[in-house]
Amino acid sequence: MFEAIAFYLFAFLTISMFYITVTTSQALYALTALAAGMIFISAFFFILGADFLGAIQIVVYSGAVMALYAFGMMFFDTTRDVKEKQGNNAIILGLGTMAALLIVAIFSAPIISDNISAFYPMTAGAGNTQEVGMVLFTKYLVPFEVAAVMLLVAMIAGIVLAGKKMDISLTLTEEDEIRAMREEQEKEVS
Amino acid sequence: MELFLYTALFAPLVGSMFAALYSGSPKNIIAGIIPSILLGVSLISSTILLVLVLTTGHTLHVEMMTWMATGDLYIPFGFVVDQISVTMMMVVTLVSTVVHVYAIGYMSHDKAFNRFFAWLSAFVFSMLILVMSDNFAGLFIGWEGVGLCSWGLIGFWYHKESATWAANEAFIMNRIADLGMLIGIFLVFWNTGTLQYDGAFAAMQNLDTDTLTWIGIFLFVGAMGKSAQFPLHTWLADAMEGPTPVSALIHAATMVTAGVYLVVRSNELYALIPNVGLFIASLGAFVAIFAATMALVNRDIKRVIAYSTLSQLGYMFAAAGLGAYWVALFHLMAHAFFKALLFLGGGNVMHAMSDELDPFKMGGLGKAMKGTMILMTLASVALAGIFPLAGFFSKDLILEVAFVDHHFIIYSVLLVTAGLTAFYSFRIIALIFHGEDRHTALGFHPHEAYKFMLWAMAPLAVLAVIAGFLFKGTYFEMITQLLPATEYHVHSAVTYWIMTIGTQAFVIAAIYFAYKKYMSKDIKVPDGTSKMENSFAYKLLINQYYIPYFYEEYLVKPYRELSTVCWEKVDQKIVDASVDGIAKVFYTTGVKTRTMQNGNLSTMLKWMVAGTVALLSLAVVFGLAARYSGEIRLFLSGLGV
Amino acid sequence: MEIGLNHYLVLSTILFAIGLVGVMRRKNLLMLFFATEILLNSVNISFAAISHYYGDLTGQMFAFFVIAIAASEVAVGLGLLVVWHKRHNSIDLDKMSTMRG
Repeated sequence: MFEAIAFYLFAFLTISMFYITVTTSQALYALTALAAGMIFISAFFFILGADFLGAIQIVVYSGAVMALYAFGMMFFDTTRDVKEKQGNNAIILGLGTMAALLIVAIFSAPIISDNISAFYPMTAGAGNTQEVGMVLFTKYLVPFEVAAVMLLVAMIAGIVLAGKKMDISLTLTEEDEIRAMREEQEKEVS
Repeated sequence: MELFLYTALFAPLVGSMFAALYSGSPKNIIAGIIPSILLGVSLISSTILLVLVLTTGHTLHVEMMTWMATGDLYIPFGFVVDQISVTMMMVVTLVSTVVHVYAIGYMSHDKAFNRFFAWLSAFVFSMLILVMSDNFAGLFIGWEGVGLCSWGLIGFWYHKESATWAANEAFIMNRIADLGMLIGIFLVFWNTGTLQYDGAFAAMQNLDTDTLTWIGIFLFVGAMGKSAQFPLHTWLADAMEGPTPVSALIHAATMVTAGVYLVVRSNELYALIPNVGLFIASLGAFVAIFAATMALVNRDIKRVIAYSTLSQLGYMFAAAGLGAYWVALFHLMAHAFFKALLFLGGGNVMHAMSDELDPFKMGGLGKAMKGTMILMTLASVALAGIFPLAGFFSKDLILEVAFVDHHFIIYSVLLVTAGLTAFYSFRIIALIFHGEDRHTALGFHPHEAYKFMLWAMAPLAVLAVIAGFLFKGTYFEMITQLLPATEYHVHSAVTYWIMTIGTQAFVIAAIYFAYKKYMSKDIKVPDGTSKMENSFAYKLLINQYYIPYFYEEYLVKPYRELSTVCWEKVDQKIVDASVDGIAKVFYTTGVKTRTMQNGNLSTMLKWMVAGTVALLSLAVVFGLAARYSGEIRLFLSGLGV
Repeated sequence: MEIGLNHYLVLSTILFAIGLVGVMRRKNLLMLFFATEILLNSVNISFAAISHYYGDLTGQMFAFFVIAIAASEVAVGLGLLVVWHKRHNSIDLDKMSTMRG
């Protein structure tokens, strides 16, 4: 009973948060709603007994990713609206629903037919974190290391990409200078 | 001996190639002389082969190389020199050598002199292939080759509308007939399993009459086209648009006799189907008189000679149809000599009269052109069949054949034709060379042809005189080793003498009548007012029995209209439209789908999702199909698939 | 009322659909990134749910790696976005048409 209430509550919250994220025109609202949605999703993980995953979800998404977005937004002129000219919303909606339904159908097909068996059954008596650790550092050790390297690469890439000309502070220079700089850049580009 | 065979065969090809090398350059006398010399070489080789065949009786059969060998089909490039083909080779090489030498003079003012010799020698090569091949396939190749060269030479002056029209007419009519011949050849192969003459004819002895009849008919259809027999005869008269040497060589002496050659070559086949033979003979007799009547009134000397050729071809077919193959071949040979001579003489007259062909505008040319007059008169006498010239021996023999075989209708038709032949031949002789001088008033200044042209014609004249009584015996000895040796003798000596002398008298009377009528002083250039010209018979004859008109009105025009309909309705509305439609579909698709590639990432994302959906749907469908394959198969089998 | 796997899958479907709609209709690049995060998260839910109901840890492992990939993607994507914005002063998707054929 408790589980059901929790599920429906968080499902409602998640869906509304994400709905706000994709519909609002305010970037800040979207960011906030997304962060909230992430946290609500972690609730599902806890309900499902995946405690470690839930913690990771909160730490990585709400902590790291959202902070990254928040910092990233500082580079942009978020007050200026990006005019979102829309085409046919029905097509978009239909396509999205169709794709989602199909993916779920495909993924659930082997489950429904009971064709899969557990490769790594939960160890009785061990906590979720412990189990995850056991599997992650035995069977998935190489993917884990690769993921670590990937994260390192992504970090360096982000720093290199975003950090170029960081010594030039746009806020402290005059408007004319910025315009001149921009024109020069545009000339380079073209 | 094979060396001589190959020399005889390939020398004209080399000559043709040589002349063709000069085809792009201005007139070069070398391009005429070299092919002529090579043809002389070919003539000498043929003569050596003839002597060989005559003295030893041996025939030569060589296989140069394999042409086609697939499954049961084996066709080599094989050549045979036997009594029949050596006769044809002699005729072809002799006449063409003469014509080549003559043409050097005749064509000397033509810009396309070199091209002319390339075509002419190519023709001789094709003709030799035709007569020397030892199988039907080779024969067909030669057959088409001469058709092609004939096309090129009739339309030699291609800037003239009438020449190109005549060339196409000849070509198309021959194609129609060649279809029949092809069917005949297919039937031969189908029923006998071989195209080699000896094998095919040996196998035919065991076939049933129906099959043989069809084979005979279809092969004869081919012969009808090439030899311009009724109803495919109209092209021959129109083919006179070509240069005169061409008319002499192709449309009198050699190519048009190919049909006769085919029937003679297939004598073993036609011997088995006498009914078809009788049909051939009847058609031949009909064409003989039919063409002769048209020659009576025509006002174009070349056309008169062309109709005369047609008439003589009719004689040959009459003989061949009655089983007298050697007589047909003999007449073919004799006819080649005097008809080529007649044509070449006509060419001289044409040159002298600046290409004027109406004999009514000439008259009295004999004073200026003595040589030509003598040669043409000789040829006409030979054609009329006066003793002792060639025509007497060959043509009267055909009359005897008809008489002895008790085909009296054919006999009488041919007899009347003999009279007509004499009449029209001497009509033009009288009009051209004798009587009042009518040309000076019209501003013509005739002159005799080059001396060497007359000398080139001399061998033909000699042969036209002596070919009959000198060769008949030897020829009979030789040819009957291969062809059925039926001697035709009228049983009673009295009947024979009455017949011979009667025919001679009839012919001489016709000649006398022609001279009397057309040498008179009051012959004028007809202007369409005289009583005779308005008579029905005259109109019928001058319009060639309205057959060309009939073809034009009832075959060509409806066909053209049908073609127009097919072009406008079927081709443009259906074929073109569907092709254009396919192109349009792609084009429109391209234009429409170009917006997919407008570079807008958002659009691309949408398409990406659409693609994903499509692929996922496929995955689901196939997944379900794989899972429920048993049930689907059951369902389909229930539907009866 | 027992909450089963299907409930989670339906939820995942709904979230995925929302994400896809966002991907398709958003013209602001930053919002587009948000939408992709939704997509990844919706999948994560199904992974975790399947893992739970079948007693298999593989699903959680996948979700774990998905989170790692998402983090990397955000880092690199944001970096690129910053560079783009510096150059063009715009993060409007409709203006990125250099790939126009």
